[in-house]
Order: sequence, then C-alpha cells, then structure tokens
Amino acid sequence: MNIIVCVKQVPGTTKVAVDENTGVLLRSGVEAKLNPYDLYALETAVQIKQTYGATITVITMGPPQAAEAVREAFALGADNGIMLTDMAFAGADTLATAYALAGGIGTRCKYDLIVCGKQTTDGDTAQVGPSLAEFLDIPHMSNVISIDKAGSENIHVSADIGEYVGAYEIKLPCAITVDKGIYVPRLPSYKRMLESVKQEITVLGLEDLADTNPKMYGLSGSPTQVEKIYQPEAEAGQVIIDGSPNDIASRLCHELRELKYL
Amino acid sequence: MYKKIDSADIAFLKSIIPHDRITIGTDVSESYARDELGDAIKSPDVLIYIRSANEVSLIISHANIHRIPVVARGAGTGLVGGAVAIHGGIMLCTSKMNRVLELDEENMTLTVEPGVMLMEIAAYVEPKGFFYPPDPGEKSATIGGNISTNAGGMRAVKYGVTRDYVRALEVVLPSGEIVELGGKVVKDSSGYSLKNLVIGAEGTLAFITKAVLKLLPLPGKTRSLLIPFPDINNALGAVQGIMKTKIIPTAVEFMERDVILDAEKFLGKTFPDKSSEAYLLLTYDGSDITEIESAYAALAEVCYASGATDLLIVDTEERKEAVWSARGAFLEAIKSSTTQMDECDVVVPKNKVAAFLAYTYELSREYNVRIKSFGHAGDGNLHIYVLRDALDDIQWKSTLSTVFTHLYERAAMYGGKVSGEHGIGYAKLPYLQSSECATVLELMRGVKRVFDPNGILNPGKVI
Repeated sequence: MNIIVCVKQVPGTTKVAVDENTGVLLRSGVEAKLNPYDLYALETAVQIKQTYGATITVITMGPPQAAEAVREAFALGADNGIMLTDMAFAGADTLATAYALAGGIGTRCKYDLIVCGKQTTDGDTAQVGPSLAEFLDIPHMSNVISIDKAGSENIHVSADIGEYVGAYEIKLPCAITVDKGIYVPRLPSYKRMLESVKQEITVLGLEDLADTNPKMYGLSGSPTQVEKIYQPEAEAGQVIIDGSPNDIASRLCHELRELKYL
Repeated sequence: MYKKIDSADIAFLKSIIPHDRITIGTDVSESYARDELGDAIKSPDVLIYIRSANEVSLIISHANIHRIPVVARGAGTGLVGGAVAIHGGIMLCTSKMNRVLELDEENMTLTVEPGVMLMEIAAYVEPKGFFYPPDPGEKSATIGGNISTNAGGMRAVKYGVTRDYVRALEVVLPSGEIVELGGKVVKDSSGYSLKNLVIGAEGTLAFITKAVLKLLPLPGKTRSLLIPFPDINNALGAVQGIMKTKIIPTAVEFMERDVILDAEKFLGKTFPDKSSEAYLLLTYDGSDITEIESAYAALAEVCYASGATDLLIVDTEERKEAVWSARGAFLEAIKSSTTQMDECDVVVPKNKVAAFLAYTYELSREYNVRIKSFGHAGDGNLHIYVLRDALDDIQWKSTLSTVFTHLYERAAMYGGKVSGEHGIGYAKLPYLQSSECATVLELMRGVKRVFDPNGILNPGKVI
C-alpha cells in the first residue's frame, strides 16, 4: 500500500504574538514544530505499515525551512518526502493549500491512502483534508478514531461524527483525517534521523504542477479574506504588587478602582 | 516530659492570634495527624496558621517556658512523618505565611516566606528570566519544608540540592529570639555555618520564617531523551559513561517497564514507548538547542555500547507532557497498585546504584514481596517501594522491618546514607540510629541541645 501523509509546520508554542497593525502572526524567532494532529496521521500510517506493509510518503507545503518537518517525519518512520515550496504558494488559505497539495500528489504520487491530521493547531479549520480529497475526486472520511482493517481494495475505519461513532468501509484510493488519540505518536528516533540525513526531499514549485496558473495558488487563489487576527482576551491573570505595606495598599486600591470593584 | 496544653495556654494563644487562624482540640482536621507517609498518628492540640515571625516568636517563647512541643508544618507533603505532632502540642502551619518578599536582580536572590510553594517560586521567577534549580517531584510542597528536609529532586545531578540554593535564613529560636543566619553573600567563611545546620534539620533546631534563595539565569532551552535498554543493568551501566560526556545532564532518571505500565493504568494514558524492559530519561538544558544536540553523538556511542537500541527525542511540549506526566505519576501509580507501601529513600555512591537495585530484586524473591523502584540514577538517590499487597498486618510489619533493615544495612555497606532527600522524621529514626556511629549521633544530640535545650521543637524527630 502507498500512503501519503500531509504534514505542516506550526509554531512550537501557543504563545505567538500577533502584529496589532497587520494581524499577522509574528513567527520570526519562534520555534516551529510538526502540527500535533499530523503526528497522529503519521503514526496511523506507520501502524498500517507495520501491520500490513506500506510505503509512506509525507508531503508538506511551506517555506524552505518546512523541510525540517519532512526530516522529522523521516525520524518518525516516513520513507519519502515531498515539499511544495514557491513564492506563488505563499499566503494560501485552506482551499488554495488543498489545491496545491492535490496538484503535488496528483502529478507525483501513486497512492492508495491519504492520511491527514484532523486539523492544524495554528488554523484549527479542519478543511484541508476533505478539500484535498474533493480536488482529487476520491472518497474521504473525517474524524477517524481507529483503523479496523486495511486491505488491497478498501479500508475499514471507525469515525466519531459527533452524535455517534460509525463503522465505515471505504474504497481505495481514499483520504481520511484522523483525530487525536487514534494512536500514541512515537518519539523521533535519533537512529532514523542519522540514517535519513542524506535522504533527498523532492522539491516541487509552481512549474512542476499540472496547473501552472498562479492565480489558483497562494493569496490570489484564496477566497478567504482575513480582516483581522487577534488574540482572545485572557480571562485569568495574576498581578503581584511589591513594595512597602503603604505602597501595596495604595496601589491595590488604585487597581481595584480601575477595575470598578471600588 | 511535655506539658499538656491547658486553658491558660489556649487563652494566651487566642490573645495573640485571630480566631480564624487557630483551631483547638477535636476541631483540628484529621489530615493534620499525618503526612504523605500514611496512617494518621496524632493530631496537634492546637493548630495555628502563622503570618509573621513575631507571631512565631511569641508562640515559641511561650511554649519554651511551658515545655509545650511545637511542630512546623508546610503543605504536609513529607514522606517520613516529619510534620506530624507525635507528642501533641502546637502545630504552626506556614501555608498562609506565603509571600514573595523580594526579587533582588543584582544579587540574584529571591526572598520568600516559608509557606511559598515550589510551583509558585518557578511561576514567579521564570517569566523574569531567573531559575530556581531544585526540582523535587512534589511541586505543591512549601519552600520551608524543602529547606527543612534539604529536598533534592531531579536536577540534583547538575545543579545540586536545596542546601546549595539557600543564601540566608531568618529563624526563630526556642527562646523566641529572631536571628538571621547566612546572608546575601556568595562566599562565607565566618565561623560555623549555623544556616547549614538548620537546613535539613526538619524543624528540630529552629523555626524558619524567611529564606533568601539563590537564583541562576534561566536556561533558554531544555530537551529530554528517552533511551531504551534491554534491561535495567544495561541502563544503569550506561550512567557513568553518560556523566563523562561533554554536557552534564540536568536529570538522569531510570524507569522499568512495569512501573511505566502502572503509570499508564493510573493516568489512563499510553506512554510513547514501552517496547523495552528499561529506560533512562535524560534531560539537558542550555542556551540553545544546537549546543544540546552536539552532545547526542557521544551520548549515543556510550548508550549503544551498553545495549541501548536508540535515542528517542522528547522535544515539544506535547512530547514532554507525554513522558514527564508519566514520570511524575510513578509514585501515585505504584501506590494505587497495592494496599499499602513504604518507601526507602536511600542514597548510595553513584557507582553502586546497579548493585543496590540488584539486591532489591534478591530481597523481593527471598521475602516474596513486591519491591518497585525508579529514580535518580545520576545522583545515587533511589526510591525503593515495598508493597504490602495481600499481607496481613503482622506479616506486613515483620516483612517490612526485615526488608528495610537489609536495605539500610546494604546501603551502609556501600557507603550510602539513610535518606537522600526525604529526611528522617520519626519513620526512619531507628535506621539513622543504627547506621551512624555513637560519636556522630552524640554530636547531633549536642547540636540539638544547644539550639533547643528544652527539646520543644519537633520532638521525636531526626535524633
């Protein structure tokens, strides 16, 4: 079985500042990590590989440093890596991202199963997996919580669709998005990391895709218009007032007046 | 020997302490009759939540005159019964005397009251770029308790223990006098270090009312590595080599699969790897990740030579949580797997850890009792748990006593000590007495007599 796993690099922490004027996440200097949901996707693929035999190819889209995500996937058990990187892809919303990924997969890969994490932790939309499947015109199932059986013609999965958990048989090739907890993601292996250090990553740009119309990609291919991004206000906080007892008392009174408690 | 508290004492205490901070007799909650050691032993006659050194001074001087026992208590998380009033008397609880008084950025010190919890210290200093390295597993313990037991924790391998981070103490003596021991100084060769006598004295010499703690700059990055080995001997065999590699780890913990499985059951969470019989969990810190990663190659060489199959990288918040939440739950997980247990917190020279653990397996077979362990392979401090399971009361007491006696005798034979970080309390008193020579014990008694001639401070503990 040939399995494609879609992965994305996201900020390594939830404490990412937002530029108040532009609404853009200030990613500079912030460590990146593999989207936690994609770890479940990758682990799902590795478990299928261990049980039934498979070749795993990871695909990602992003700036050149997104290669780190592919390298980490190698250390977690992926066999091949593809990276879509081109200025034309920059600023893509979920639709343009799915279109580019579909282009990369469609032109380069023979696949039976595509596994995506349910969503990313920076966007939380859960739209890319299903959109990708629609572009590839293959059946898909979201919120998969277990792989019950995988064969050469179809795959049996259980999916939590809100009110109940359903058991589904899906004809291959198909796409699934997996939920947190389907498996416990393994830790990256130093040994595999060393073994894969010279492994090449296939890099694809706009010109490598079947559809080379730049208007289909990146910001120009994105119907989503972001008007403003802002951080939700924190509901809990702690203020420590230091100083002499008199200072503390007067500053505390001031704070309480400001907050309209006095 | 001690005076029973009477109505005159209570009237005095009520005259200096507001009603809402004093509880008398049977109104004292049963939870104050024990600590994390287990069964309730004895409640204090009076429980007082203290707020200031002056209050402590008034209470202790009264108690000293009338020979009433005074027991200091923080969060009650001790493991040897140190904060239990086994002779009754007055218990002074520090949990409401819990202010951070000063962060001195120039001298890199933090001045705190004794009831500040360990987790509160980290939360206060780390956002400001400072680091208080001692890291005992129980984060809700108070700093007063940590100082009183000279608590160690997982970072002791690289950073040392609580004693290494106490610059000064304000203490109340049995006479009621408030004195400062030590100071905001890096070096101090000014006579006997009384501060260091009070540290680890479990409240038997003086009552700590303020501590000046030494801080370090906060390391920018940390990373853990989980290293699988075919068995525990292979794992422990790698430790000495690991300590000789370029970068010293902050923590070297060992764990075996059966304890991991207990933690999984207890937490309802799956550990990221349990394909091997034994693991070392190492943590490194440094100013940047490249510096830490530069240690991997040499580390791998040492570990592979000792039978390790890989190094598994614990880098993100999710991975740290998956691994360390299990590590943090080992004690409770083992506890939940049996009916009762007792712990041996011995410390042995680092090169004797493997031999000591092998001896616990021997004892387990010989006395047909489950013995589990995990701990700080890098500093020689072991936590050995003897589990009661289905033993009846008589069998349990007899087996426990025999096994513990063997363990402490073996530790002494290896040049070890009765307690690495939990202290003596009353529970380990017989083992301290049998492991130290008469002269040393008499010196300790002499110190106690000098500080506390009437023996009112935490009687029945340590010595």
